[in-house]
Amino acid sequence: MADGAADGTKRPKGRRWSDRLVDKVKRLESDLDAERARRKAAESKPPSRRRAARSADAADPLLDARRRWEEGFQSSPEADGDRPKPVTVSLRPIPPLADPVDLAGKDHLAEIGWPGEFPYTRGIHRSGYRSKLWTMRQFAGFGTARDTNERYKFLLAHGQTGLSVAFDLPTLMGYDSDHEQSEGEVGMCGVAISSIEDMHLLFDGIPLDRVSTSMTINGPAAVMLALYVAVAEERGIAPEALRGTLQNDILKEFIAQKEFIFPPRPSLKLVVDTIEYGVQRMPQWNTVSISGYHIREAGSTAAQELAFTISDGFAYVDAALERGLPIDSFAPRLSFFWNAHLDFFEEIAKYRAARRIWARHMRRRYGAENPRSWLMRFHTQTAGVSLTAQQPENNIVRTAIEALAAVLGGTQSLHTNSMDETLALPTEKSVKIALRTQQVLGYEHGVADCQDPLGGAWYVEKLTDDMEREAEETFRRIGDQGGVVACIESGYQQREIARSAYDYQRALERGDRVVVGVNRFVEEGERIEIPLLKIGQGAEREQRKRLRSLRAKRDAGAVRKALDRVRRGAEKGENLMPVLVAAMRARATLGEVVEVLKGAYGVYEETPEF
Amino acid sequence: MTATERKIRVLICKPGLDGHDRGAKVVAAALRDAGMEVVYTGLRQTPEMVVETAIQEDVDAIGLSLHSAAHMTIFPRVLKLLKKRGADGILLTGGGIIPDEDQAALSEQGVGRLFGPGTTSEEIVSYIRDEVARRRKKGA
Amino acid sequence: MPAARTGSGRRRRGGAAPAAVPAADGLAAGVLAGESLSVARAISLVEDRGPAGAALLQGIAPSTGRAHRLGVTGPPGAGKSTLVNALARELLERGGSVGILAVDPTSPFTGGALLGDRVRMQGAAGDPRVFIRSMASRGGLGGLAAAAQDAADVLDASGKDWVVMETVGVGQTEVEVAGAADTVVVLLHPESGDGVQTMKAGLMEVADIFVVNKADREGADRLVREVLDTLELRRPGADGWRPPVLRTVASTGRGTAELLEAVERHRDGSRASGSFEARRRSRARERIRGLVEESIRARVLSAGDGVLDGLVDRVVAGRSTPQAAALELLGRVTGGPRGG
Repeated sequence: MADGAADGTKRPKGRRWSDRLVDKVKRLESDLDAERARRKAAESKPPSRRRAARSADAADPLLDARRRWEEGFQSSPEADGDRPKPVTVSLRPIPPLADPVDLAGKDHLAEIGWPGEFPYTRGIHRSGYRSKLWTMRQFAGFGTARDTNERYKFLLAHGQTGLSVAFDLPTLMGYDSDHEQSEGEVGMCGVAISSIEDMHLLFDGIPLDRVSTSMTINGPAAVMLALYVAVAEERGIAPEALRGTLQNDILKEFIAQKEFIFPPRPSLKLVVDTIEYGVQRMPQWNTVSISGYHIREAGSTAAQELAFTISDGFAYVDAALERGLPIDSFAPRLSFFWNAHLDFFEEIAKYRAARRIWARHMRRRYGAENPRSWLMRFHTQTAGVSLTAQQPENNIVRTAIEALAAVLGGTQSLHTNSMDETLALPTEKSVKIALRTQQVLGYEHGVADCQDPLGGAWYVEKLTDDMEREAEETFRRIGDQGGVVACIESGYQQREIARSAYDYQRALERGDRVVVGVNRFVEEGERIEIPLLKIGQGAEREQRKRLRSLRAKRDAGAVRKALDRVRRGAEKGENLMPVLVAAMRARATLGEVVEVLKGAYGVYEETPEF
Repeated sequence: MTATERKIRVLICKPGLDGHDRGAKVVAAALRDAGMEVVYTGLRQTPEMVVETAIQEDVDAIGLSLHSAAHMTIFPRVLKLLKKRGADGILLTGGGIIPDEDQAALSEQGVGRLFGPGTTSEEIVSYIRDEVARRRKKGA
Repeated sequence: MPAARTGSGRRRRGGAAPAAVPAADGLAAGVLAGESLSVARAISLVEDRGPAGAALLQGIAPSTGRAHRLGVTGPPGAGKSTLVNALARELLERGGSVGILAVDPTSPFTGGALLGDRVRMQGAAGDPRVFIRSMASRGGLGGLAAAAQDAADVLDASGKDWVVMETVGVGQTEVEVAGAADTVVVLLHPESGDGVQTMKAGLMEVADIFVVNKADREGADRLVREVLDTLELRRPGADGWRPPVLRTVASTGRGTAELLEAVERHRDGSRASGSFEARRRSRARERIRGLVEESIRARVLSAGDGVLDGLVDRVVAGRSTPQAAALELLGRVTGGPRGG
């Protein structure tokens, strides 16, 4: 095998000089051919900076001007060490300038176009914010269902029509409030929901057919949706009347947030169950909010956030198509959730590239015919990791600029972080400032009425192109490795993210990146006032009581049967939504149902990637 | 036979249900780059699992990464288990959002320094190196 | 004696051994009593390659030789840790106790290591009859193989019925570690993209049992056939053992019972045919040889650059040859007569 050539032929051991000479001539000939072909191809391509530099006969005045400028720029004074390295927060090098040369030969109609028209680079609706400003949707969490219910009633009375539910960690992980794993965490960063009784209390006195509810949950998302539907049913409201969103993006959990329960494949199957159920019974419900926010917070670059998130989207589409659902039946209900990070222009380019990529793939590759399937609707949240504990007031500035990027990028809804969120749940005052930031932005600064105002800016269009190209490159790489799920199982995305996170940390510690208040402009002797959190055991105690009473009152036999039905359904591979709804109505708890599913699907233990 | 220089072994993990492991991983990689052997057991560790692992792996230090406010329950619990198993020579350190009063209270119980937002890898590496050396000298 | 190993963790200590050096300190006694703290500390000692470790090994030597040593190796991503976890649970169910050594490479640049295999073995780790230790290769060059074998001795003496050594089968030393076992399982998987051909030389040869993991994935059947074809070309071992090719899905435990049965068949067969004893003898020989090499190497390094530098000067100046210089250095290091 040792002296065999790559194609399996045997290479002779010794070679005559005449053979070698012949080979050399052959090589020269093929080099010559290649050069001829290159020149021919180059003539038919639009001019580029590098090409122009090579070919002496380019008579492009713009190109000449650019070259002259570059030469002049080379003799500019060196950076005096006060400036950090010119890289984005993703460590992407920032060019000193962009100009028409970067966009030379660009096909405006095909690539940039107009808002509300394919490929939607400039926006998904013709009117942009002129008919409707972005939704100011601030995400929040409370302790017990009762507390949260009071807050909801308050908000509804003040004209809000959308509710947002944040759950506590045990609920997110599929544990009842009285499970030993839940100790110390019940009601801490969200509401504790263990049963249909809790859910009834959460929405007590709230007309589910007249409000829209967003539920941020992933691992047990299908069960939580079943809970919502069960409560509505018991109030005589059909699933068809319900409006809202379920985050339900399990793939990004394996990649970034790690709130998974079952292994990837059965988890994906559950997501498809909810999509199918949505198609059949819940036409007004957004079943998956494909998220990049968490991927970015875990340390990915902007390009990785873009590529990994959209490829997750493709994975859901593929899985739903495999189930036999027609593309136009579910695609209009897929939505996205992006991060708005520090680098202003990189983010705007990211949103524009995202719209264009999604539209192109949905129309051309998946053959979706309904234009609503081509639209990338998205919610954005400003970057939590960009906030500092030191000099927290600076965070108001950071958040404002990040929000501006999201707005100039055309987001449909926006959450702005509060300045003190690095240390604790925000105070009322800082929550208000965060909300006011959006209002000032939307009403005072004139950024909302002319859509995609940075469209046509050479830098932004070039960045948009670059990001799209890099995303396509990543899609190819993922495809070569067997697809999204195979990559997740082999840890590809996790590895890439861990590497980016580590690179960023090193860049920060080297001083290549500046964080005001942390490694520059530090206030000596600054005391970070970390609020003392009184961990209230009230929520946990109350939940334990409620669960005890639930278990005592319910029909144990009916619960057993219902859980058995879930188990058999899982083993047979049927769509579990109907039996989940039935189980919740029989008063099975969230934890009990999840336990049954664990038995059928297994529990996922990740291999950590660095 | 001549002895090789004794490596520093550190356990890095996250107790509780929270899954934000970016910081833990960055610290683990930094410790490896500083020449230490890092046993990384990842997420969802109970105090019992933490201590059992620390003992079997004969680590010099345990680094717990906590984003919830549970530091006042988790650290003392781990410390108590270490003492019970006769392994309280192991340095117990970690990262999170820890108010000064809580840090002082934990120090008093025997927990090591805890690191908040903005800490550099350099600080953590130096601390573990110096503290482990100090304890080895004492114990040796 | 090929008796069925279903006993509990503890066993008789010392007893029938010939004049053994009594345990020098409490540590050896702790190891023999199966105390986790002592076992862990003892493994660290032998990893340090110092005289204290050697003394400890002396103290526990008579209590070694009972556990069956299983090597599990294969390319990265094959699912070794997951399989070891599944195997361990199977062993526990049959009443045995297990010691696991999970070996990962040390970074040649920093000297540090990230040891994450344990994460995949949380299921087994919860059982008190299981002891898991993560080991870094620490520069290899024989160092790893020796340290891993010594650590296996410690686990053996602590009363474990089984010692499983899990390594990544890419480096030379990692392959050696697997070869330090009584039964070697080589794990392959269909998604590595590489066939049998590109595997590290030696990996195919050390295998007593082949396992194609992730057998539910595409390409598994093809891989099984490829391995069988390769085996056709190999002569069976002196004891007539033909390595079986099994399939597993380690993440669900499927195929684990069959794998364990194959391991036990190999164990019983090799004991009956005498090849088990022959392997242990050749392993002991290799260990002695390896330790001698390690010792000389260490002494050469500690001989100080000054001595070596002087020799280098003479060779470069043409006043001596590398051969003569080596003889002289060897003489100094071993304290023997100097060469010409």
